[in-house]
Amino acid sequence: MSSEVRFTDFKSDKQPTWCPGCGDFGTMNGMMKALANTGNDPDNTFVVAGIGCSGKIGTYMHSYALHGVHGRALPVGTGVKLANPDLEVMVAGGDGDGYSIGAGHFIHAVRRNVDMTYVVMDNRIYGLTKGQASPTSREDFETSTTPEGPKQPPVNPLALALSAGGSFIAQSFSTDAQRHTEIVQKAIEHDGFGFVNVFSPCVTFNDVDTYDYFRDSIVDLADEDHDPTDREAAKERILDADKEYQGILYQNEESVPYSDLHGLDSNMADIPDGAPEGAMDLVREFY
Amino acid sequence: MPDDLNWAIGGEAGDGIDSTGKIFAQALSRAGRHVFTSKDFASRIRGGYTAYKIRSSTDRVESVVDRLDILVALTERTIDENLDELHDDSVIIYDGERTEMEDVEIPGDMTGLSVPLQRLAEEAGGAIMQNIVALGAACEVTNFPIENLDSALEKKFGNKGESIVSNNKEAARKGQEFVAEEYDYEFDYDLDTTDNDYVLLNGDEAIGMGAIAAGCRFYAGYPITPATDVMEYLTGRIEQFGGEVVQAEDELSAINMALGAARAGARSMTATSGPGIDLMTETFGLVATSETPLVIADVMRSGPSTGMPTKQEQGDLNMTLYGGHGEIPRFVVAPTNVGECFQKTVEAFNLAEKYQTPVFLLADLSMAVTEQTFEPEVFDMDAVEIDRGKIVDDDEVEAWTDERDRFQPHFSTADGISPRALPGTENAAHMSTGLEHNALGRRTEDTDVRIEQVDKRNRKVETAKEEEDWSPREFGDPDSDNLVISWGSNEGAMREALDYLDEEDIDVRFLSVPYIFPRPDLSDEIDAADEVIVVECNESGQFADVLEHDALTRVKRVNKYNGVRFKADELADEIEAALQSEEVRA
Repeated sequence: MSSEVRFTDFKSDKQPTWCPGCGDFGTMNGMMKALANTGNDPDNTFVVAGIGCSGKIGTYMHSYALHGVHGRALPVGTGVKLANPDLEVMVAGGDGDGYSIGAGHFIHAVRRNVDMTYVVMDNRIYGLTKGQASPTSREDFETSTTPEGPKQPPVNPLALALSAGGSFIAQSFSTDAQRHTEIVQKAIEHDGFGFVNVFSPCVTFNDVDTYDYFRDSIVDLADEDHDPTDREAAKERILDADKEYQGILYQNEESVPYSDLHGLDSNMADIPDGAPEGAMDLVREFY
Repeated sequence: MPDDLNWAIGGEAGDGIDSTGKIFAQALSRAGRHVFTSKDFASRIRGGYTAYKIRSSTDRVESVVDRLDILVALTERTIDENLDELHDDSVIIYDGERTEMEDVEIPGDMTGLSVPLQRLAEEAGGAIMQNIVALGAACEVTNFPIENLDSALEKKFGNKGESIVSNNKEAARKGQEFVAEEYDYEFDYDLDTTDNDYVLLNGDEAIGMGAIAAGCRFYAGYPITPATDVMEYLTGRIEQFGGEVVQAEDELSAINMALGAARAGARSMTATSGPGIDLMTETFGLVATSETPLVIADVMRSGPSTGMPTKQEQGDLNMTLYGGHGEIPRFVVAPTNVGECFQKTVEAFNLAEKYQTPVFLLADLSMAVTEQTFEPEVFDMDAVEIDRGKIVDDDEVEAWTDERDRFQPHFSTADGISPRALPGTENAAHMSTGLEHNALGRRTEDTDVRIEQVDKRNRKVETAKEEEDWSPREFGDPDSDNLVISWGSNEGAMREALDYLDEEDIDVRFLSVPYIFPRPDLSDEIDAADEVIVVECNESGQFADVLEHDALTRVKRVNKYNGVRFKADELADEIEAALQSEEVRA
């Protein structure tokens, strides 16, 4: 099937209920194109999502999928991938899902370096609960729960990933379809945990981090003299709070994914009808 | 003296109490004697009182009792801590040459054997072997052939080199010879050996072994007492069968990883204890509504909150039975002894996949850390049968698609069990969600579909009630008007209590229930009895509540919640008192 797969094969027959103009449309389209371009098909693809606008993605895509609980998508994806290395696992989340309730899981998923792709639809606000500050909201961003702004610095997800030993750290802008697709594709192709933070503007509740804002301020690393294998250069750019970068900030080309390190190459779903061969040795140990 | 021996070694945590105890337990087991161990330990790494106790007999032993015959006391406190269980014929082995032990007073008519453990160990090659010297001394006191101890030492130290093994054997000999030469009177103990072959293991190990036998290939967990041994057992072993253990960053992650692996088609489990179960609760509903097969072991300890982490309790029954928001179908299975930890774990995996729902394996600390001997046949690998339920292959998908060729993973079948397509199956790609959904797995708020799906999920339980055997095990006098019911690890103590009660001419019918949900309907038995007592290690009587509700009657309760398991003789007294009492707690 894979040779004839088109990205529309990853579309479900369900129309998204995202607000018209939402950045998530572009984010998802790029994900579907990237999956098709890398030779995957819906039957070997597993998409995991948590809660929130981003969490709806499993409904709108056609693949094996699990729509889980808030913030816990990465552990689910980890389990899926380790149990069946043949599956292409893509985890989708939002900035609240990934950097607030799921922040602990994020750090550890980065460290664990399981060969999957994590796409975060970062709109710097809580959309589905109607406009509260998120971990990536600006310090002075006024919302219903932060009338004078959060008064705390936003989380820098790229810096978190770098400090946790991330092997692929990238950022894209959902409306720049070609670049976004290309970046997600590189994340899929990466041997290890491919992390892409996507600027995916919320047109309803965020009037600061808008399409116009990103269009005006984004710096594409393709236009810069940036070597993604240079961790120091990546660090410098990631910690530069004044710039919004698009592209691959860092990639460790020597990355060895978890399954390879642990020698996991078989599908754990394949088990015998009875106790496995050699099981009696387990009993003999206790004589 | 009876052949039934109660032995203990006690000292400070860090003194090697646990491994010394285990070596002696192994020696007894290898000599064809039954062994039942228990531990007194505190939640600390070093220091504080800790003890390893062994009850051993040529007959089966299934409980601890209030009697200690031989005590190896490495500290003075060890004697104080065990005063209640020591008796006039007890023998206390201690090192009177150690400054802190030189003034030890041996209580009552007990025999104190001062053995220079440290000095003899040094003579044998190192002070570290002083506990082994004590074991040699214990062999002499009990007329136990020391060759059995040799065999246990070989097993324990074999991979550390021949000289370590021979030094330890030498240390044991020195202890034995010292007692033989210095104390020239006959001790009352005489341990027989048999030709029987036994295996010796604890409940956590049995759960881990059951998991591998059942085809579990993925385990994710977070360390917590007393469930950690499950994880430690699986680590290094499950890999040999193509599996993996992941130490997750927390319990939320652990259960979600296990869920992910299960969705990918692996037999998957997690194990934790009360505080971890609390954290996992969020995901129970997702497991159940996404109809994912998952085994969740709760090795209970004393709660609430962090409670008493190293003490016994059966306080999480309500949590596993009712935990989680909303209402979900689930199974709760409670093994009643170490051997059953193996069998019920295998069963749990079959139930999970047959009915596509979470299965709680409700074990407890006293069973988890208790080493017990069994005939190896109890762990019969040839008897393990794996039932993966309704997994559809590529050719069967079409039978379950709708008019638009979409696979329906939550199709409402008559038995409530839907077809299950593992990822990779052609043309069956689908989503699952914790949101209420239709047959396709898609979100819905349609009131009819909601009712259809809730009913469908619950129908699985009805099917299981009909298809599986949920009977209790029956002991004692079947015609007695006195009915005692217990669940989980109380079975052993209660079975022995029956003998004590028999000596008092009190007849009892005893039902041991390994299934909490679904569970046997005991209404008729409860109605027919004059007296009904429910025994459990908790304060409120959680199972008693359930049975009263089932039978719409009131039962008497025997509860223990000081953090220690029931002892057979003590339990017999409590049952006797309850039978004589007029009071039934409202």
